[in-house]
Amino acid sequence: MAKAQGLTWTVEDADSMTQAEVYGEVLTQIGQQNPKVVALTADLAKSTKIGRFGEVIPERFYNFGIAEANMIAVASGMAETGLIPVVSTFATFASMRAAEFVRTDLCYQKRNVKIIATHSGTSFGTAGTTHHCTEDLSIMRTFAGMTVIAPADAYETARAVAAAIEIEGPVYIRIGRGFEPPLHKSMDFDFEVGKAIELREGTDVTVIATGVTVVHAVEAADRAREQGVSVRVLDMHTIKPLDVDAVVRAVKDTRRIITVEDHSTIGGLGTAVADAIAASGKGCAFKKLGYQDQFSIVGYPEDLLHLYKLDGDGILEAIGLILKQDFEQDEDWEDEI
Amino acid sequence: MLQDAERKTLQDTARRLRERIIEVTYSCGGAHVGGAMSQHDLLIALYYKYLRIDPRNPRWEDRDRFVLSKGHGGVGHAVILADKGFYDTKLLDDFNKTGSPFGMHLDWLKVPGVDVSTGSLGHGLPLALGMALGGRQQGRDYRVYCVMSDGELQEGSVWEAAMAAAQFKATNLTAFVDRNKLSLDGPTESIMALEPLDKKFEAFGWRVLSIDGHDYDAICEAIETAHAETGRPVMIIADTIKGKGVDYMENQTAWHYGGLDNDMRDRALASVRRMK
Ligand SMILES: Cc1ncc(C[n+]2csc(CCOP(=O)(O)OP(=O)(O)O)c2C)c(N)n1
Repeated sequence: MAKAQGLTWTVEDADSMTQAEVYGEVLTQIGQQNPKVVALTADLAKSTKIGRFGEVIPERFYNFGIAEANMIAVASGMAETGLIPVVSTFATFASMRAAEFVRTDLCYQKRNVKIIATHSGTSFGTAGTTHHCTEDLSIMRTFAGMTVIAPADAYETARAVAAAIEIEGPVYIRIGRGFEPPLHKSMDFDFEVGKAIELREGTDVTVIATGVTVVHAVEAADRAREQGVSVRVLDMHTIKPLDVDAVVRAVKDTRRIITVEDHSTIGGLGTAVADAIAASGKGCAFKKLGYQDQFSIVGYPEDLLHLYKLDGDGILEAIGLILKQDFEQDEDWEDEI
Repeated sequence: MLQDAERKTLQDTARRLRERIIEVTYSCGGAHVGGAMSQHDLLIALYYKYLRIDPRNPRWEDRDRFVLSKGHGGVGHAVILADKGFYDTKLLDDFNKTGSPFGMHLDWLKVPGVDVSTGSLGHGLPLALGMALGGRQQGRDYRVYCVMSDGELQEGSVWEAAMAAAQFKATNLTAFVDRNKLSLDGPTESIMALEPLDKKFEAFGWRVLSIDGHDYDAICEAIETAHAETGRPVMIIADTIKGKGVDYMENQTAWHYGGLDNDMRDRALASVRRMK
């Protein structure tokens, strides 16, 4: 039985709990110690697991019914009074139904509100496209002042939730439905918002992944290694602020980068990394894995990750392709432009 | 009052298709069975007595439109569309499966007979209003029906549409509330109270009819009253039971969404077969 422990919280038996269950438990313990923390949901107390907070601290728990935009604006008002509202609903409703309220009431007004968005990506696959959320990283990244985190598993989620409470300002944490495979075996890893975790060293290719896809990137890297390809894996749990140094090091050391996200290839991790590569001024072979300007279909989450080539097989295939891909070394540009 | 034979036909159809809902819920691994059962008699009355539709021509321009605003009731809608002949009911064996046209919430681009893709609550009434205004604008005489859930009414967009429908006198729009009094986390009245619901819609400019949502005489009378109304849009608040027909599911929040094992399925079927 693995115990997960931070400075202010302890979760017994963490490896038998889902991402969302762990976050519910950690948030509840933080709430017990910090009377400024209040928890808000929109008829999804049970589904998101923020309901755990409500069971233990009912006097600081607010269920708004099915009314996400209202809930975000109320959270902003509460934050003005010094409270730390933590809001939880499905990613699709937090990031899109309530988008302008998040931007104008939380980010523009610099309010100390945390959003924990569950069922992101295609983790709620069988619910279909209305319940998939492959746009939120992109949307949230564009809001000035927003911190955006996509933890890879339950352990990282616990760390992200605890870290978010310490950050002054709006934070968006994106997790899955709760049936994702674990990445870490214990709490024994460094977690710092804005700092990538190097899970595998490598010199031929770097795979930069976020959220649920990180575990698949590790699998692909291990399989590639058996074929003699040295693949660095970066767990980029923080999309914003991005760990630009880690990206530039990858450009320098491996010259080939693949990004992987359970998200559109437009505007999310891939775009953030592309910006960093472009700004570095160095040539680099580059590939973005994700949903390619398309709406994901109905299906089981593990099938969908396979179908859209975001699992071990898909990433391994991309590694093979990028090894063959030419890119411009820094010279010889004159005649081409 | 309905003729006895007609009432019996509607009830028999409803029972037979409640059994189908149970079978699909069983085979697909889990569905929003509670809300599918509460909305069911409203949908049966519409599909088997009123809707002007043609299963061989699902995109017929002059068809009546039906918007299941509570998109999670999709499993119930899907079995009805199959029974009406929009597609082979065998397709429902793949409900929820990867690549299937059928997920929990139906997609109009994939499922014949569906007019809009719903699932995100609070979209259906404005979508239906648009179809109603579009029909009127172009001199078409079709009607638009919209079924909402009660928890859904907590969304502000519903009330924006309610104001607009009254403002634009959309009398070709008839809306229903499946008032089963439970949402996902529990009773609507303890989470975010809706009552007095009839007075709210009246204040927003609607004619409101409150009925028993499982009584075919009442449902049909209300729909016909709505057809005759010329001044205001009509909201039919249907008092319903979540999980209706399955004794162990009735009025249980836990049966908002669920899967069935063999024993649960058999008990559910037996319970439905005992219905009138
Ligand atoms: C905008 C939006 N927020 C949240 C949800 C998630 N959700 C799906 S069903 C449901 C509860 C529905 O309860 P109710 O509206 O009363 O439906 P019924 O009881 O008829 O099933 C919720 C919160 C959603 N589908 N859409």
